[in-house]
Amino acid sequence: MRIDQELIKNLEAQAKIVRRDIIQMLTKAASGHPGGSLSCADLIAALYFHVMRHDAKRPDWSDRDRFLLSKGHCAPAWYSVLARSGYFPATWLDALRKLNHPLQGHPDMLKTTGVEMSSGSLGQGLSIANGMALAARLDRKSYRIYVLMGDGEIQEGQVWEAAMTASHHKLDNLCAIIDNNGLQIDGHTEEIKSLGSISEKWISFGWNAIDIDGHDMRQILQALKMAEETKGKPSIIVAKTTKGKGVSFMENQVDFHGVAPTAEECVRALAELE
Amino acid sequence: MLKVKEKVATRDAYGSALVLLGERNPNIVVLDADLAKSTKTIKFKNKFPDRFFDMGIAEADMMGTAAGLAAAGKIAFASTFAIFATGRAWEQIRNSICYTNLNVKIAASHAGIAVGPDGSSHQSIEDIAIMRVIPNMKIVVPADGTETEQAVAALAETPGPAYLRLGRSAVPFIYDSSYRFTLGKASVLREGSDVAIVAAGTMVQPALKAADILSEERIEARVINMSSIKPIDREAIVAAAQETAGIVTAEEHSIIGGLGGAVAEVVGETAPAPVVRIGVRDVFGQSGEAGELMEFYGLTAGKIAEAASRIVSQKR
Repeated sequence: MRIDQELIKNLEAQAKIVRRDIIQMLTKAASGHPGGSLSCADLIAALYFHVMRHDAKRPDWSDRDRFLLSKGHCAPAWYSVLARSGYFPATWLDALRKLNHPLQGHPDMLKTTGVEMSSGSLGQGLSIANGMALAARLDRKSYRIYVLMGDGEIQEGQVWEAAMTASHHKLDNLCAIIDNNGLQIDGHTEEIKSLGSISEKWISFGWNAIDIDGHDMRQILQALKMAEETKGKPSIIVAKTTKGKGVSFMENQVDFHGVAPTAEECVRALAELE
Repeated sequence: MLKVKEKVATRDAYGSALVLLGERNPNIVVLDADLAKSTKTIKFKNKFPDRFFDMGIAEADMMGTAAGLAAAGKIAFASTFAIFATGRAWEQIRNSICYTNLNVKIAASHAGIAVGPDGSSHQSIEDIAIMRVIPNMKIVVPADGTETEQAVAALAETPGPAYLRLGRSAVPFIYDSSYRFTLGKASVLREGSDVAIVAAGTMVQPALKAADILSEERIEARVINMSSIKPIDREAIVAAAQETAGIVTAEEHSIIGGLGGAVAEVVGETAPAPVVRIGVRDVFGQSGEAGELMEFYGLTAGKIAEAASRIVSQKR
């Protein structure tokens, strides 16, 4: 994988489209979670538009790489990359969270093509990713599993049960990513329940941990490559991000964790994302 | 086929059935949470170590891992004690297994109060109720070793989640090898039109004994093994309600939300008739020997017969 300037620029442009989608979807839905969706946009864009082996025409292709959004409330970011990859028409994005439409408030694998796993209850994604990684090994398949978690999410005990499972089984076909934006609903993660050094915790659980700036596309691509090249243990990318990234008045604002922009805020946000 | 002995615990039959299944189907995988010797999944582990995953003492993680294996095409059997399977990991079962309709079979051993001396923390008398309320979940409570073996095979062939409730103690055989379990179908073990006894699991044998007691009083009881609690056999329940004086349900579970609750729901909506529920009456258990506990909490043939007799006398 060559990481040249053109690739970086291209992925950055696509991440901007994802951010615009997020703002527009959430404004139309009048509910949802902009902050965390925006903070993980670069990570998801890198995975779907460059790193992962996947094919929207064959969503059930058995050799595809899998992505799981454990922090399911950030579904708008996922829906955007799925639509832009061709899994379903981009017009679906207009009906986020509407009755009898496929794009649920949190991902539903039975309703939305391309969604590998339903989520929305935090802390469950890594266990599921482990199961898929074990199945890949049993079937002698080379596909990789990526799971994106929030930093607040790792306060859930199941995450650490799963962390032990992954290292015990040396699941090097698994890459976890933490969207480390430092905020959760009630405030700063360090004030609610401090996480300390996230990567040191994972290293002590037997993982290969890589710290990066989660908005630096070059670092994202390099980290994903390092994870793929690491053998004998699972990898975790701890991506330092900014909640609400890309929209000045949303950045680091805890209020935008779970509140949709107004029509007026939407116009201002889109102007910034030109 | 199981070796026919006088008695076998349904958990033992489960372990043997898994081995048979594992030989036939390479997609079968088994998970346990550090109780493989007790749940008898160790039989599968010894035969197919590559397809067995001991998740350690981590039930929530086990359910999630089972879901991931199923999402990637496996048929996952996840086992532990009933109380931990359903209680500790209820939300994982709801969101990661049932909401997704994944092919995970939760096989829970040591259900009911007859777990005995370990006491209330290990006695599962709520599990049917809390599994039953989850959409897509199917529930089977086999009555003996033969039915367990049949149910394991049937559930493996039925896509989606299921809960298989198993007991610790050895129970007598009710069925021989000619029996065929069908999901959603009850099995009538004894005909009768005075009163009906609908039982499941460990209470099927006492129900048959109760029918013998009643027969001496010239009351002919229909005995129905309702091993498939969800989907439930509505036809068999409606027929029992319409053709007899009423129904006694018997289960090693709380009277709230389990077999008794399920039967009462059907009867209430379709064919009003008295339903008397034999089960644990909304209290926690305690330590004691299995037999003593069944006696103490009124889970006996005598109590079933008394209830049935009362229904009949009220009608006459």
